[in-house]
Amino acid sequence: MSDPIIKIENVNKWFGDFQVLKDINLEVEKNKKIVVCGPSGSGKSTLIRCINRLEEHQKGNIVVDGTTLDENTKNIEQVRAEVGMVFQQFNLFPHLSILDNCTLAPIWVKKLPKQKAEELAMKQLEQVQIADQAQKYPGQLSGGQQQRCAIARALCMEPKIMLFDEPTSALDPEMIKEVLDAMVNLAKAGMTMIVVTHEMGFAKEVADEVIFMDEGMIVEKAGTKDFFANPKSDRTKLFLSQIL
Amino acid sequence: MNKLNLLKPDLNNLNTYLYIGSFLIFLSILDVFLNSFFSTNITFFLHDFISFVLPLILGLIGLHFIRIEFTGIKNLDLLNKHINTNNFNALLTLSIIFVIIKSIPPTMSWFILDANIAGDSKDACTGTGACWTYIKIWIRRFIYGMYPNAEQWRINLSFVSLLALGSIGYFATEKFKKYLTIYYVIIYPFIAFLFIFFFISGGPVFFEFSYGIIAFAISIIVGFFIPKKIKTWYFLLVPIILYISLKYFLFYEETIDLGKLDGFNWVETGAWGGLSLTFIVSFFCLIFCFPVGMFLALGRRSALPTIRYISIGFIEFWRGVPLITVLFMSSVMFPMFLPEDFFMDKLVRVIIAISLFEAAYVAEVIRGGLQALPRGQYDAAKSLGMGYWKMHILVILPQALKLVIPGIANTFLALIKDTPLIFVVGLLELVGMLNLAKTNPEWLGFAMEGYVFAAIIFWIICYAMSKYSYNLELKYKTER
Repeated sequence: MSDPIIKIENVNKWFGDFQVLKDINLEVEKNKKIVVCGPSGSGKSTLIRCINRLEEHQKGNIVVDGTTLDENTKNIEQVRAEVGMVFQQFNLFPHLSILDNCTLAPIWVKKLPKQKAEELAMKQLEQVQIADQAQKYPGQLSGGQQQRCAIARALCMEPKIMLFDEPTSALDPEMIKEVLDAMVNLAKAGMTMIVVTHEMGFAKEVADEVIFMDEGMIVEKAGTKDFFANPKSDRTKLFLSQIL
Repeated sequence: MNKLNLLKPDLNNLNTYLYIGSFLIFLSILDVFLNSFFSTNITFFLHDFISFVLPLILGLIGLHFIRIEFTGIKNLDLLNKHINTNNFNALLTLSIIFVIIKSIPPTMSWFILDANIAGDSKDACTGTGACWTYIKIWIRRFIYGMYPNAEQWRINLSFVSLLALGSIGYFATEKFKKYLTIYYVIIYPFIAFLFIFFFISGGPVFFEFSYGIIAFAISIIVGFFIPKKIKTWYFLLVPIILYISLKYFLFYEETIDLGKLDGFNWVETGAWGGLSLTFIVSFFCLIFCFPVGMFLALGRRSALPTIRYISIGFIEFWRGVPLITVLFMSSVMFPMFLPEDFFMDKLVRVIIAISLFEAAYVAEVIRGGLQALPRGQYDAAKSLGMGYWKMHILVILPQALKLVIPGIANTFLALIKDTPLIFVVGLLELVGMLNLAKTNPEWLGFAMEGYVFAAIIFWIICYAMSKYSYNLELKYKTER
């Protein structure tokens, strides 16, 4: 067994008096695909936002690819450059064209020469099939196209890990498929992925492990087949019966 | 022919209603027109009050008759849809038309028909209208202030050159476009400063400054041979140390002539004035207050308490005091705190004071833009590995500044119109010169012309700026 690329130990987090994460322990190995599901408010998004420290955890340890996340800004920026993230609301930069969205961080953070960054960006945009939209602005694209661009933008940093925070929740049903396809392709290419989603079809297709969270705790963690075939806890059974 | 119902015009008798309505409207406008332009009252046989409101009533009835929907006549439909939707709007429309017609003749007569421009003394103004002779005689003072007539070409040359240098942006090729921001934010103001320093001011101030140039040149040349690691420190410290050592240790009184060139005659800033001073003060204040305001806005949202509280304190202090007291302090109180041999020009002090004052307003405007951005933009920038400055410079500020263009333009316009207040420290720009001219015993009683002139000039400047801000908004619009 190889060393885990993400190691989360006893992580606790509070928003004011409210405890969002309670003693989370999780290890993710390289090239594994983890799907995190659970009812809203269960702390799934907070958990994966902690992994690149968009949220601070108050107790416990998070180690990403050998770097411990703490107050040190250098460490944080290093981790963030290695961890790509895709958001529910796309969060593309509306003042830049699609191509510039994708080349901005490689040029300014990784110091790639402009031409190289553009080649890389076009390659990634082709992967998600929006290369022909490269000169447009985000406001001119459909939701599905924007989300695929957001995936391409994250991939342009050539991350080792990709985090997805409910990537399809803000999309029309018709557009969900095109985004999921892009994610499936990415999974097949061997990326390490942690996906927060309600798309159980996607989970069945690509996930190695499924984690069910409720009230800030990991209730159940099992291989994909096990998870859907014979869930152990009652809470998981209830959840699955409601969404399947 | 269908029966005419005068209360309810309808499509069936369209032509009849149109003819009656148009005739009534024509009649009402004709009445006001004749009354206004030829002072004849065609309804003289009526009672005063009725004669006064008659055009309004006739016009209203006329508009009522032509208010028919879906006539198929394009212009009529447009008219009905936009300005003749109901009786109240019709009344407003008519009132506005009448007021305009009524106000044309007196305005025309004051501005042009009864105005004088010939001659060169007060006696030439015999008409009842404006006396443009006054403006004509004083125009040099209004534009150049007390600047000596023989030297005014220096101001002209500087302004024309600066205008030419400022328009470079239009002709820049794609290759140089990316340097434009740096050019306009740093290089251009510096060039403008040099122009003003050498051409408009001139005189012995030069050698003070030459130490700076020498220090700068030496440190840049040496800078090429400095290892990269200490370059930042080097450029922060060495030029300043060089400057100080040059000034206080190396150059003694006898060698001071080394730095001296035969410049132009010195014209002290107290003699500057008029429109050119308005431009100089506004230009530098606009350029300085913007970056200061931007840093204050960022500081006020900083996570570091020291920076945040300093920014809040600064902003609230400058927003809390009136500009006129700030200017007064800058000229009276400020020099008391300075070391004895340190001299700072009145104009410089005024520019700094106004810049800091307006920076507080700009800061709050920009903060509004920063707060309007969704949190996701910060998250996205962070998740791509950008640090604080990269995130703000590349992602946050471009969007926030775009949002606040109208607010910034608003502040800048207010700044330009605040410049007349520098009269409290004895600097007389356009309005200040006006006040001086109107108290001249030979030209008493022409305040009106002066203020109208100033109003027109200010309006042109401000309108140009607001147009420019609209253009910027359109240029940076990337939404669908």
